[in-house]
Amino acid sequence: MQFSEQIAQYLLSGFCTGSIYALIGFGFAIIYNSTSIINFAQGEFVMLGGMLSFFFQTTLKLPLAVAIILAIIVATASGALFERLAIRPLKNATPLSLVIITIGGSILIRGLTMLIWGKDTHSLPSFSGTEPISLAGATILPQHLWIFGITLLTITANKVFFNYTITGKAMRACASNRKAASLVGIDVKRMVLFSFVISSAMGSMAGIIIAPLTMTAYDVGIMLGLKGFCAAIIGGMSSGFGTVLGGLLLGILESLGAGLISSGYKDAIAFIILLLILFVRPQGLFKKADTERV
Amino acid sequence: MLRFEGITQVFGGLTALDNISFTVKKGEITGVIGPNGAGKTTLFNIVSGIYNQTAGSVFLGDRNVSGFPPEKLAALGMVRTFQNIELFGQMSVVENVMVGLHTRSTSGIFSCAFKLPGHLKEERAIRERAMHWLDFTGITDLSQADASSLPFGKGRLLEIARAMALEPRIILMDEPAAGLNSRETVELAALIRKIRETGVTVVLVEHDMELVMDVCDSILVLNLGRKLAEGTPRAIQENPAVIAAYLGEG
Amino acid sequence: MKREIVKFLIFASLVMVSPLFFKGGYLLNVLVFVGIHTMLAVGLNLLLGFAGQISLGQAAFFGLGAYISGILTTAHSVNPWLAMALAALTVGILAFFIGFPILKLKGHYLAMATLGLGIIAYIVFNEAVELTGGPSGLSGIPNLSLGSIVFDSDIKNYYLIWSFTLITILLSLNLAHSRIGRALRAIHDSEVAATVMGVNARLLKVQIFALSAFISTIAGSLYAHTMTFVSPASFGFNFSIELVTMVIIGGLGSIYGSFLGAAILTLLPEVLRAFQDYDIIVYGLILILITMFMPSGLIRGVPSAFMFLLSKIKRARIADA
Repeated sequence: MQFSEQIAQYLLSGFCTGSIYALIGFGFAIIYNSTSIINFAQGEFVMLGGMLSFFFQTTLKLPLAVAIILAIIVATASGALFERLAIRPLKNATPLSLVIITIGGSILIRGLTMLIWGKDTHSLPSFSGTEPISLAGATILPQHLWIFGITLLTITANKVFFNYTITGKAMRACASNRKAASLVGIDVKRMVLFSFVISSAMGSMAGIIIAPLTMTAYDVGIMLGLKGFCAAIIGGMSSGFGTVLGGLLLGILESLGAGLISSGYKDAIAFIILLLILFVRPQGLFKKADTERV
Repeated sequence: MLRFEGITQVFGGLTALDNISFTVKKGEITGVIGPNGAGKTTLFNIVSGIYNQTAGSVFLGDRNVSGFPPEKLAALGMVRTFQNIELFGQMSVVENVMVGLHTRSTSGIFSCAFKLPGHLKEERAIRERAMHWLDFTGITDLSQADASSLPFGKGRLLEIARAMALEPRIILMDEPAAGLNSRETVELAALIRKIRETGVTVVLVEHDMELVMDVCDSILVLNLGRKLAEGTPRAIQENPAVIAAYLGEG
Repeated sequence: MKREIVKFLIFASLVMVSPLFFKGGYLLNVLVFVGIHTMLAVGLNLLLGFAGQISLGQAAFFGLGAYISGILTTAHSVNPWLAMALAALTVGILAFFIGFPILKLKGHYLAMATLGLGIIAYIVFNEAVELTGGPSGLSGIPNLSLGSIVFDSDIKNYYLIWSFTLITILLSLNLAHSRIGRALRAIHDSEVAATVMGVNARLLKVQIFALSAFISTIAGSLYAHTMTFVSPASFGFNFSIELVTMVIIGGLGSIYGSFLGAAILTLLPEVLRAFQDYDIIVYGLILILITMFMPSGLIRGVPSAFMFLLSKIKRARIADA
């Protein structure tokens, strides 16, 4: 392959994984913005999406579309359950307690998944076949198109939801100022539940659309979650284009790094970027610095 | 004692303070007053090293301390208390005050871990000094209680005891009367005078006019980020611009 | 003060005398690990419990100690004691410098940053195959020896490890009950107020971070020479979480609590031997339950739960009478 073709390929796969990171990052941002909690368990909902789809499709022999929808529903229900059982009772906990609880939750979900479905990796069939398409020297699979399409759709749906619907605006109000929101009659508890519901839905969807390409297993949640978090941090925890750009940037850098430098250290690239951003510009690349009122 | 020149603070698009200059005289009790949003707490935060001002300088004695972080100011003898008292909740009352004595000793990690000789004596001395300051503010009987269990008024006194333990040259109090009932406020006024008697300069930000007029030797009035007036309590009470700012025009 | 000294002497004596009651080799072997884990947990507690700084990457320092000692003593035949000292000093200094940017972060961001550090270290352990042996690990690490005594059996390793651990506990207790201990707890409760009182919070946090790393590195070296074999699997994210769990179970800010937490979490898998794969779920559950119902850890939680039950019983008795 010519060099430019290689680069094109790297960019393509970078865009692809970047979209996934963006979707996962959105999940982090949405929950963070309405609760100031970083949901360490986010990656597990991504994992559940893929694993549950596999279970419904392969083991229960349901048609793919049905399996996917069921998987998203179950994953979303788990997210809501998690919020109810583990998050809601701890309204006034210290940041450390919240971190520990969400980590505990992620370990629990991972452990249960491992017990039920074992440690093997599984794959999901591609949504519309594997006939490659050639574009600018890069080979695109139909699944890539699904990924781009669904990501774009989800992001647009998000924009519409948060900017043009009452519930969406109510959630943004909670994110901005919880007390004030409750004083104007917004049910903050419900908004928090919604944020978990939306995040786990998006997360599980991300896990499903990537599963045909990268396989799924009980422990894929950890890395995906962390990288999604990284995308959210780059984007400044915004529920908008910041996170999308963050995800794409991360995906492309990771892909180029893996291709041009070394693939073993691929994961390390994401974390080095994370650390650099946290050290140098924790508010993200796309936001202006906030000042805090003491 | 304390002088600030041309202090300006801009947050984003908002000018919180505009060119404030003032001198606090040594050994006096100075009050900083002004309607809400005047910038009093911002000024305090700048002077006590928590914010960095956009422009202007702060002088402690003859020394330019602009931009010094709080721990450096503590070493130079400046301490402050907080509007929403910032106690060390998980520690006992006496331990809180013992932290106030942090700058009085220099044992670092190494000597504390290895308990080099003299350490035990030092600990005992620190504890005794702490008890002295609890005595000073009248809460000796609460010394072993958890700081988080204190009622608000006692918590205030603890914060003051802790600040005095530093043996400061100047103490800045941010709304010390906030949340106190009238009896507690009278006791606070007596305590502030007692502090002045030890030779410490006091600066207060306050909303309680009675307390301010009663206790202060000199007052600075801020309004909307600008210096409105300065002078003795009498002069301030009779200043038409001050009256207008508080009561509104017309 | 005297009470503390007596408590420690009793504890130390129990530790020193215990092996005589455990004639079996296996339990002794487990107790060696309790020693290593206690050392790690105490070191982490200083950072997490006292200073209140969340660190999810402690396994990285443990691993660095193990690998640096392992590599220096196998590939370069360096004297094991010298290698241990070098490892601890190098990692301690590194941690000191990395500490400055990392500890500017707070709460979740700090947690993520330390997590990231831990994962980077883990990846390096796995990928730098020429240096570390990669996933298959590094073997042939020599035992430590002192004069004519070679530490090659469980009983000898027990005394070796626990000597280091007891020293760590003693020094940490001293620190806890000192001006520095108070300063750390002050930072935890209100960093702003601590700085106003003259505590150089920025520097102190970094110093404790470096100290914690130093202790963990030594534990790592000891681990390497005891096991004579190390592999990346022992130094991953899971172990970092295990360590945090130990500190939390025992009680943040309680040195003896860290021993309790370490003991429980080291012995638990042995007890659950039959349920090998369940241990991951048990950790998750323990973390959630303890954080929800006994956030101050077992060391304080159990006595208060006991007191609570007693008072309930008393009240019931009075009602019946």
